[in-house]
Amino acid sequence: MTDVTTGLLPSGRPNADETAKRTKARNAAEARFKLYGIVAIAIGLFFLVALLFSIITNGVGAFQQTFVKVSIPLNAEQIAAAEKSVVKTSKYRAMIEAALADKIMAAGYKTEFTDPRKLGDILSSSAAAQLREHVLANPGDAGKTIDFQFLASSRVDGYLKGRVTRAALAEDKNLDAGHLDLVDQMKADGTVVKHFNWDFITGSDASDSRPEQAGIGVSMLGSLFMMLVVLFLALPIGVAASIYLEEFAPQNRWTDLIEVNIANLAAVPSIVFGILGLAAFIQFANLPQSAPLVGGLVLTLMTLPTIIISTRASLKAVPPSIREGALGIGASKMQAVFHHVLPLAMPGILTGTIIGLAQALGETAPLLLIGMVGFIASNYPDGIADGFLHPNSAMPAQIFEWAKRADPAFYERAWGGIIILLIFLAIMNITAIILRRRFERRW
Amino acid sequence: MLVFWVFVSILIVAAAGYFLGRTRALSSAGGDIRQLHSVPGYHGTNVFLFTAVPSLLVMAIWLLVQPLAVQNAVTSMIPADAVPAGSSMSIIMADVQRVADGLDTAIQAGAMTEEQASSLDAASTDVRERLAKVGVALAGDVRPEVLKAAQRYRALTATGSLSLAIVSVVLALGGFVMAWRQIAPRFRARNTVEAFVKGLLIAAASIAILTTVGIVLSLIFNTIEFFGLYPATDFFFGLTWVPSFGGGSELGILPLLWGTLYISFIALAVAVPIGLMAAIYLSEYASPMVRNFAKPLLEVLAGIPTIVYGLFALLTVGPLLLSVFGDNTVGWMQAGTAVMTAGLVMGIMLIPFVSSLSDDIINAVPQAMRDGSLGLGATHSETIKQVVLPAALPGIVGAILLAASRAIGETMIVVLGAGAAARLSLNPFDAMTTVTAKIVSQLTGDADFASPEALVAFALGMTLFVITLGLNILALYIVRKYREQYE
Repeated sequence: MTDVTTGLLPSGRPNADETAKRTKARNAAEARFKLYGIVAIAIGLFFLVALLFSIITNGVGAFQQTFVKVSIPLNAEQIAAAEKSVVKTSKYRAMIEAALADKIMAAGYKTEFTDPRKLGDILSSSAAAQLREHVLANPGDAGKTIDFQFLASSRVDGYLKGRVTRAALAEDKNLDAGHLDLVDQMKADGTVVKHFNWDFITGSDASDSRPEQAGIGVSMLGSLFMMLVVLFLALPIGVAASIYLEEFAPQNRWTDLIEVNIANLAAVPSIVFGILGLAAFIQFANLPQSAPLVGGLVLTLMTLPTIIISTRASLKAVPPSIREGALGIGASKMQAVFHHVLPLAMPGILTGTIIGLAQALGETAPLLLIGMVGFIASNYPDGIADGFLHPNSAMPAQIFEWAKRADPAFYERAWGGIIILLIFLAIMNITAIILRRRFERRW
Repeated sequence: MLVFWVFVSILIVAAAGYFLGRTRALSSAGGDIRQLHSVPGYHGTNVFLFTAVPSLLVMAIWLLVQPLAVQNAVTSMIPADAVPAGSSMSIIMADVQRVADGLDTAIQAGAMTEEQASSLDAASTDVRERLAKVGVALAGDVRPEVLKAAQRYRALTATGSLSLAIVSVVLALGGFVMAWRQIAPRFRARNTVEAFVKGLLIAAASIAILTTVGIVLSLIFNTIEFFGLYPATDFFFGLTWVPSFGGGSELGILPLLWGTLYISFIALAVAVPIGLMAAIYLSEYASPMVRNFAKPLLEVLAGIPTIVYGLFALLTVGPLLLSVFGDNTVGWMQAGTAVMTAGLVMGIMLIPFVSSLSDDIINAVPQAMRDGSLGLGATHSETIKQVVLPAALPGIVGAILLAASRAIGETMIVVLGAGAAARLSLNPFDAMTTVTAKIVSQLTGDADFASPEALVAFALGMTLFVITLGLNILALYIVRKYREQYE
């Protein structure tokens, strides 16, 4: 015993000075260690805040869009001429540009441009199509002067949101600093306005040259159809598999194999499921590429392990006395499970399913391989069958698509898309938490 | 479309079977339910199951097998000498498929009648132009044997669907009649239904196995095909990665593996200390209030989709790092996408993963061990460092291995944040690329699946699958072993 202590206390008795020193050092070590823990948590929380801050500051802009108000006298002859020409929108474009030039003249804005075409650069190239659609939908408007709100070009929009600077425009062929002087004047008297942009939420994706028109609505539908597939396949299959494994399976090699399999499938990288989808569903079974049905099937396989694991946990949480009570009054094993255990486990199962769905909703990598990226989701599916089988994008795939494009105006869209995606995920997770709090039973 | 209606009608017949079966069971007992062995609902369910399940099962298998069988039959029609040099049978079969699909589209669009489509002759009509009119773009002119094969393909497919419809309807009606005739007061309907349901439950449980088998098969077959076109030694030991779809690519995996491991290393270097310390603090020091506040917030990081982290890396972290380490200051970094960018962001993503796993493991260490140490006069931190952590070490190692397998398999962060250049470099501020990023880039776009440049993605996927599976099995084994130690 003394051998051990001699090293520490040479005199054989505690030296008050040294003990005090050692105690101090030990307490300091204790405080340091505790501090490391606090710092670690603070760093983690800091990252969370930084991430959310970055999403919100960059993404909020996508929900606002700049519009230019122009009144256009609709002339029946001009419309007829435009409809006859080969490139119809170019004639409509000329009508808009002329009206805009008139407006600028009348309002007396100072500008160096005299060519209406040059003035028209502040408008989105979608303006002509918008005018044409209106004309075709309301043939009675010919002869009247109608007030329109056209999307401003993405450069003008970026200027008003602070994304595009005059310095940056020097290298840009699409817009000059002179345009910005004009926009400043038009903004001052309310011809150029910025307001909430519903088209971003409900609209469809647009081509590379029209970031101001791009919206996430169509890919949202794509995601919805995929989630329907996941829900209707993963929930029944997952619940059935869990019931078997938890309630009926004998302890043998086969069930062991299944258990190990499920544990491993839960940790297989999602991209591998994409490869499986490509090889099995597209190459082998010849299902259509980019279709939400295929995306849903892949995500089903991916979420099954999650659902099975959580379902088994909630089946396990139902006390054996329930089963024994049912069996005791003459129910068969199947009846005991389906009539008594399953209903009691249902809140837990639903919570697990919602969390699995949320995970599937945000997953991107497998969708890249089955061709849901690179496809411009520009049309709404017509009808239910079309929604499942017609090529579409999905929200995360659409965000990825925007992030890849060269024009920084699309980055704002990507961040905005993330805000919408995160809102959906937050709603799903909060529903899951409420379900758990509300219906969870402690036995 | 025919198949869809057959499906619907089978379901309708089966649903009708349920109600009819129930009524018949009751009337067979003369309206006295006590005479029946099983309640009428079970008799109805029995009819439903016998009508729907066998026929739908046959339908599903048929739909899977038919394309294969048709493919085989059509492949044998194309003589081997019709395959031009530099092409392969699978490329020609893809052409056949495209022409057949094109003919279908043309008929739907009303540009051709059914007879015209099956009697088209490549010598007399320009099939490519006719299909282009209805919006079907073909890469080259349609050769006569391809058109023949495509017509045969359509004919076989049509015959197949028709026979499928007949077989499944016959099966459904047969099942209906059989179950219908079984209905009698003494018939043990509940037992048959329960056996049936149990079979369905087993089938559902086996889907997990099927998925694994599917993954392995789809990887293996394509990998073997790849190694037939490209030597395996060059793939595993090649130091350069230069794919070119024109041919003459160099497809060495080592630069990709290096990028993957480097990024994962940085990610773990960020996530493990932070995650572990956070877990220790939360489980050993934090008051319940702090714990209830900080733990869910940290776990929010785990619920954020990886595409968000990817965008964060590309547009926020990358430019930030560039402004610190870029040409204006120390000049280490050329572009925002780099190993450091991806590694750092992936580290953030893994923090909650490491912390919640370690939290569980630390909590599993028995309280008696802590009490013993504290009783001997150790401080709290000494207890943690010298008793709790050594006891939890195997579990923590398992958790780190799981995190490593996550990092290796992560795709979106590296696709957006790590760059596209495959290089072997030590500088963490260089752009590099990973196995997962290259799987994506080789399989997206219009690459033809038969070329080595596309097939290499399956070999990469196989490598990735084997590595992550190995890590997972090892980690699960360690964690399980560790749990048993204290249970």
